[in-house]
Amino acid sequence: MIIKDIIFQLSIRSIRLHFLRSVLAALGIVIGVVAIASMGMMGANMTLSVTEELSSMADTLVVTAYSGGGGGGGMPGMGGGGDDDDYISQDEFDAVERIAAKYGTVYAIYQESDTIEVGDKKGRATMYGLDEDMFPGLFTLTEGAFPRSTNSVVVGPMLVERLDLKVGSKIEIGDPDEGSTTTVRVVGILEERGMSQDINSDMAIIGSEKLFTGIFGGEGEYDQVNIVLNDLDDTETVTDQIEDKLNRKEDTVTIQDSSRMIESITGTLSTMTIFVMAIAGISLLVAAVSIFNVMMMSVTERIREIGILRSIGTQKNEVRSMFLYESAILGVLGAVIGAVVSLTVGWLVVLAMVGSTEYFFAPASLVYVPFAMAIGTVTCILSGLYPAWSASNLDPIEALRAE
Amino acid sequence: MNSSPVVELADVTKVYHLPSGDVVALDGVSLSIEEGEFVAIMGPSGSGKSTLLNQIGSLDVPSSGDLFIDGKNIGEMGDRHLTEMRLNTIGYIFQKFNLIPLLTAFENVEYPYILKHRKKDESGRVNHILEMVGIDSDLSRHRPSELSGGQQQRVAIARALVNEPKILLCDEPTGNLDTKTGRHIMDILDGLNSEGRTLIMVTHDPAIAGYASRTINLVDGRVA
Ligand SMILES: Nc1ncnc2c1ncn2[C@@H]1O[C@H](COP(=O)(O)OP(=O)(O)OP(=O)(O)O)[C@@H](O)[C@H]1O
Ligand SMILES: [Mg+2]
Repeated sequence: MIIKDIIFQLSIRSIRLHFLRSVLAALGIVIGVVAIASMGMMGANMTLSVTEELSSMADTLVVTAYSGGGGGGGMPGMGGGGDDDDYISQDEFDAVERIAAKYGTVYAIYQESDTIEVGDKKGRATMYGLDEDMFPGLFTLTEGAFPRSTNSVVVGPMLVERLDLKVGSKIEIGDPDEGSTTTVRVVGILEERGMSQDINSDMAIIGSEKLFTGIFGGEGEYDQVNIVLNDLDDTETVTDQIEDKLNRKEDTVTIQDSSRMIESITGTLSTMTIFVMAIAGISLLVAAVSIFNVMMMSVTERIREIGILRSIGTQKNEVRSMFLYESAILGVLGAVIGAVVSLTVGWLVVLAMVGSTEYFFAPASLVYVPFAMAIGTVTCILSGLYPAWSASNLDPIEALRAE
Repeated sequence: MNSSPVVELADVTKVYHLPSGDVVALDGVSLSIEEGEFVAIMGPSGSGKSTLLNQIGSLDVPSSGDLFIDGKNIGEMGDRHLTEMRLNTIGYIFQKFNLIPLLTAFENVEYPYILKHRKKDESGRVNHILEMVGIDSDLSRHRPSELSGGQQQRVAIARALVNEPKILLCDEPTGNLDTKTGRHIMDILDGLNSEGRTLIMVTHDPAIAGYASRTINLVDGRVA
């Protein structure tokens, strides 16, 4: 231990003797560590915030009418036989409900986009119609109440912002030039729900089925059926059963499983993160070359000293560790400074690229700091291997002769 | 007393292979040195004095022939054992002092002690030896670059002695010193010999060789 100590002392003194040179070399490692850590943290924060946004609907299966994808399918005008309607019929909904009811909640959605008017402001918005009983389970109110009467609705927060809506505002749905319009009253404002596959409520007007079919007609012709599962593990069972029932002869419905979508999005994000980190890794490669250079200089300058050490009884492996310590000290020094700096730089990068540092201190994000430190230190030690090896293999007499 | 010689060479040859041809630095040297002797090695420049001393000092091995140090055949040793030999059995004093520039005088002397005993010196031996060669505790805190040539050589002698070596080797120990300082160094070495330590010294200077009890003359790699 103490023997390591004196060898270690020599390494430290050599670094101190060439302080500026050593600091510059370690600076390369600092930059590499900071680059890798902040890129990794950026990726992790992106993944975390997207996953959080998407996972609210991870338990939802979305059933829509099969729209022909792939080959031939339904030719227009062919009519009968095939099920080429672009809605889900009452029969199909009943079939889905029979299968899925015991695994969760099943509800159907009407959806249409139309012109709306609030005061003198005109615009377009999506209108959803669904069973009033479903409202409390699906949405959270920030203000007001859920609709009780037929012509009352709730609206999403982004629509509220755009049209200056309040609880009590009146919205005219439909284009007055093309026929009758319907006036509805806002009774509640919803909490932001984010992008989602089941219902995009943030920009929408949501009312009862009765209100919807009253305006747009098409009773029993649903646009979408959502299944909110009680247990994510049932995803496959339910999907298989519905496929078996409705798509046996030909495809009539499409079932989208949002957990799979989340998987593919986070998969893409992590591929991207690895790619960006690999680019950051190039800076570490540059650092490795500069450490190698500094260590080779250190060996060349100290050939005579190595000769002295060897001639008075220092073993080869002790000389080797002396130089390995030197590169390890530079590596650890660079990694520690790099870790501190990357907390600051990483924070700024995450703030700039992701927009929120909400997940900055999450383990999945912070883990990139020790990860980058380890890579930096290991790189440094690896670049010191050859110089250390060549130092230990010097011939003592030759080395003593050096000037 | 031990009757077998502490250093014994039998037909030792050292050949350096150079692109311009082979150089025979030692050509069939046979000699033996008893424990407690003070031997001077003399000869013209290039006659192989340093080469001979390096073989005895286990820094290098002969191309052929047998070289026994303290009864062990150097030619059959690997690097690890040669290094141990240098640490435990041999004390080497160089013309250019060869102290470690990163360490203080004290640490330079303590270094081989730590290598051998695997612990720091708590016995006061390092300080004792430094005092013996005339380096006080103030000077011992200095780096080699802050010491005069004579002081550096004193420290080097202390370093060579710290592990109680059987054999002390000196390659022109006074070569880089003025006559007066050289005399002080020689007095120290002579004193060590009278305490019973084997001393082998290379020198050009007949006056310095006069301290020795026996002189070996080398010419063209051969004992003359
Ligand atoms: N490492 C080496 N490679 C090649 N030749 C060498 C080497 N070391 C010594 N020689 C040669 O061996 C011969 C003896 O050299 P050595 O250094 O032993 O002489 P020396 O007697 O110590 O001379 P000096 O009094 O000048 O120090 C010389 O011809 C020298 O050129
Ligand atoms: Mg010589």
